[in-house]
Amino acid sequence: MRESLIFGRLTLNAIPLHEPIVMSAVVGMVVAALAVVGALTYLKRWKWLWDEWLTSVDHKRIGIMYIILALVMLLRGFSDAILMRGQQAMASAGAAGYLPPDHFDQIFTAHGVIMIFFMAMPFVIGLMNIVMPLQIGARDVAFPYLNSLSFWFTVGGAMLVNISLAIGEFAHTGWLAYPPLSELAFSPGVGVDYYIWALQISGIGTLLTGVNFITTIFKMRAPGMKLMHMPIFTWTTLGANMLIVAAFPILTVTLGMLGLDRYLGMHFFTHDGGGNPMMYVNLIWAWGHPEVYILVLPCFGIFSEVTATFSSKPLFGYTSMVYATMCITVLSFLVWLHHFFTMGSGANVNAFFGIMTMIISIPTGVKIFNWLFTMYRGRVRLEVPVLWTIGFIITFAIGGMTGVLLAVPPADFVLHNSLFLVAHFHNTIIGGVVFGVMAGFYYWFPKATGFKLDPTLGKVSFWCWFTGFYVAFMPIYALGLMGMTRRLSHVDNPVWHAYLIVAAIGAVLIGIGIAATVLQIILSIIKRDKLKDVIGDPWHGRTLEWATSSPPPFYNFANLPVVKGIDAFWTMKQEGHAPKLEPRYDRIHMPRNTGTGVILGILSIGLGFAMTWHIWWMAVGAFLVMLAATIWHSFDAHRDYFVPPETVAATEALHFNAKATEVAQ
Amino acid sequence: MNDNHNANASGASHATVKSYLTGFVLSVILTAIPFALVMTHAASAAILIPAVIAVGIVQIGVHLVYFLHMNRSSSQLWNNAAFAFAVIVVGILVIGSLWIMYHLNMNMMPGMMPVD
Repeated sequence: MRESLIFGRLTLNAIPLHEPIVMSAVVGMVVAALAVVGALTYLKRWKWLWDEWLTSVDHKRIGIMYIILALVMLLRGFSDAILMRGQQAMASAGAAGYLPPDHFDQIFTAHGVIMIFFMAMPFVIGLMNIVMPLQIGARDVAFPYLNSLSFWFTVGGAMLVNISLAIGEFAHTGWLAYPPLSELAFSPGVGVDYYIWALQISGIGTLLTGVNFITTIFKMRAPGMKLMHMPIFTWTTLGANMLIVAAFPILTVTLGMLGLDRYLGMHFFTHDGGGNPMMYVNLIWAWGHPEVYILVLPCFGIFSEVTATFSSKPLFGYTSMVYATMCITVLSFLVWLHHFFTMGSGANVNAFFGIMTMIISIPTGVKIFNWLFTMYRGRVRLEVPVLWTIGFIITFAIGGMTGVLLAVPPADFVLHNSLFLVAHFHNTIIGGVVFGVMAGFYYWFPKATGFKLDPTLGKVSFWCWFTGFYVAFMPIYALGLMGMTRRLSHVDNPVWHAYLIVAAIGAVLIGIGIAATVLQIILSIIKRDKLKDVIGDPWHGRTLEWATSSPPPFYNFANLPVVKGIDAFWTMKQEGHAPKLEPRYDRIHMPRNTGTGVILGILSIGLGFAMTWHIWWMAVGAFLVMLAATIWHSFDAHRDYFVPPETVAATEALHFNAKATEVAQ
Repeated sequence: MNDNHNANASGASHATVKSYLTGFVLSVILTAIPFALVMTHAASAAILIPAVIAVGIVQIGVHLVYFLHMNRSSSQLWNNAAFAFAVIVVGILVIGSLWIMYHLNMNMMPGMMPVD
């Protein structure tokens, strides 16, 4: 392909004007973006947005922005899902459907990439951001600026994926971009390059988050809080971030080598020149399997908090829960071959990894029983988070059983690449991760915003997701057993038609559940005065995040709490030591906001876009400006300040006086 | 914002110019040895490759001790625990990958095996 010096490979033909479905999505995205920009300008909120949010290094605000990103990307990822279910339902009895195969391939790739990297990861990291520092009684994370940078790199990656819809194309390769298909010889377009740069940029952000959170947990716990006093959500956050730090470099290196193959003609994963595509499969899963535990471990933590709080009793088997979490953290590095049993490594290797995979279900089983025994003889309040938790226990147990089935290598030879596998991992990821983040979202929403979510729509959302999941994925299990393979844009088997229609109806039910969640958020914002959480402890919580006002002041704790055991806040309430208005306060050391994170994030979009389209001058320019901004920031000596005692006293008085009025009523 | 502990408690020991120079000289020597071995074809490839890898591992150790200031003092417990975890993960990845990839070649049909 001829490349121009100024625009690289980019021409006007890159905009897919001939594809009505893509163009209507693009127009929708542009209109939505213009509406947001227009509203901000009309309401004169740009300065507020910049000062209070975009440049914020407050872990709670960064967490909220992560979750907004996750919810927006959930809508994008779900529209891909409904397009696929619609296509398969229509194109299974001889009809052609409405998506050309070329477009269908991009949709299933984008669906996987978006749901894992830009929906589940930001949601989980957002909840960890909001909750973990509060749970350990810290005033922020260890490296607040790095936290902001991590978030903006994640946004940069997400933006690249969305830009690929309007300009050029996305990868046709499936969400892990296996070579040789993802090599230049078979994917000459820009799709795989968009994929590589989106994941590299957001992957660096995730790695920095891992370093940041591990340091925070080890170095910034409240006085007296030993490791075995930490809430389970903090433990699972620790496990997940240890996995991030250990696993994400593998992803970066693997995609880096694929990039070298594509950009500099190297032969790491090609068939010729001594390369071996099977090495890519091996390496990408050495990251990919820990990745699913990075997502699900914090969700196990959420369920632990929800179960203990709403059963009004301590978690059953705290110590076994900690050990189970750490066992899973280590074991998740010993099972990756089960993703490619059929690649042919022979009976010895397959047997080892099959057995390791089955062993990992033991600590997971321990956790399930701990949750059940916590509820047993507890006074379980059936609030929305508990519904998600019970839905999770049922659904995840089924997903775990099909997982152990797939862990048997001979069974896997039959089921590999079939829809049975697709149903299995949706069973664990929807049942485990989505139900988990939805439970956490509802549970911690009042803490983050100061008002509760509307419970009625929350229940509608849960029941639609729960039934929708079974209606959508049980037929897909059956189709897998009947021999239908994954990623088919078109099949000619009339027997499968009915199953695919039922699956599409299930997807519509899930869509109603998502709509109910969106409506719930809008309605709750409108009714926020009625749903206000003045006390700061709406669920009779047990851990330190509930010891603050809702939302917490930017410094979290006026005086750092002193911790003597697990369930620190519960003990404080029992012993009458809960925080109260003090006669005097000390000054508080806090970090200043900085715009460097958001500037580097925006520049990273330019860098990724330029590398994708071979616009070399722009890539070099963006990289040099990023380097200069980083160096400039490192010489900035004015990055912290002290909050005067009067400000602290005034903020605390406001909260405790409102609380006293509320209690008196 | 974390003003309740000082820098000395963070685990890193304070290095001296002498320790940096020692590390630098050792690194140069450990770089020169494999370079010289390969340039002079001192032995067959079967001996050279393991020798270069071995010198590389010693080089990692020099970097850890002299540049990253790792030692066995109790204040470094967490650094050493993190290092042990990293060694375990890298070990699993390298040994596991070699095991897997070696077996993939073993299972190819005789006619497809590479000819030495």
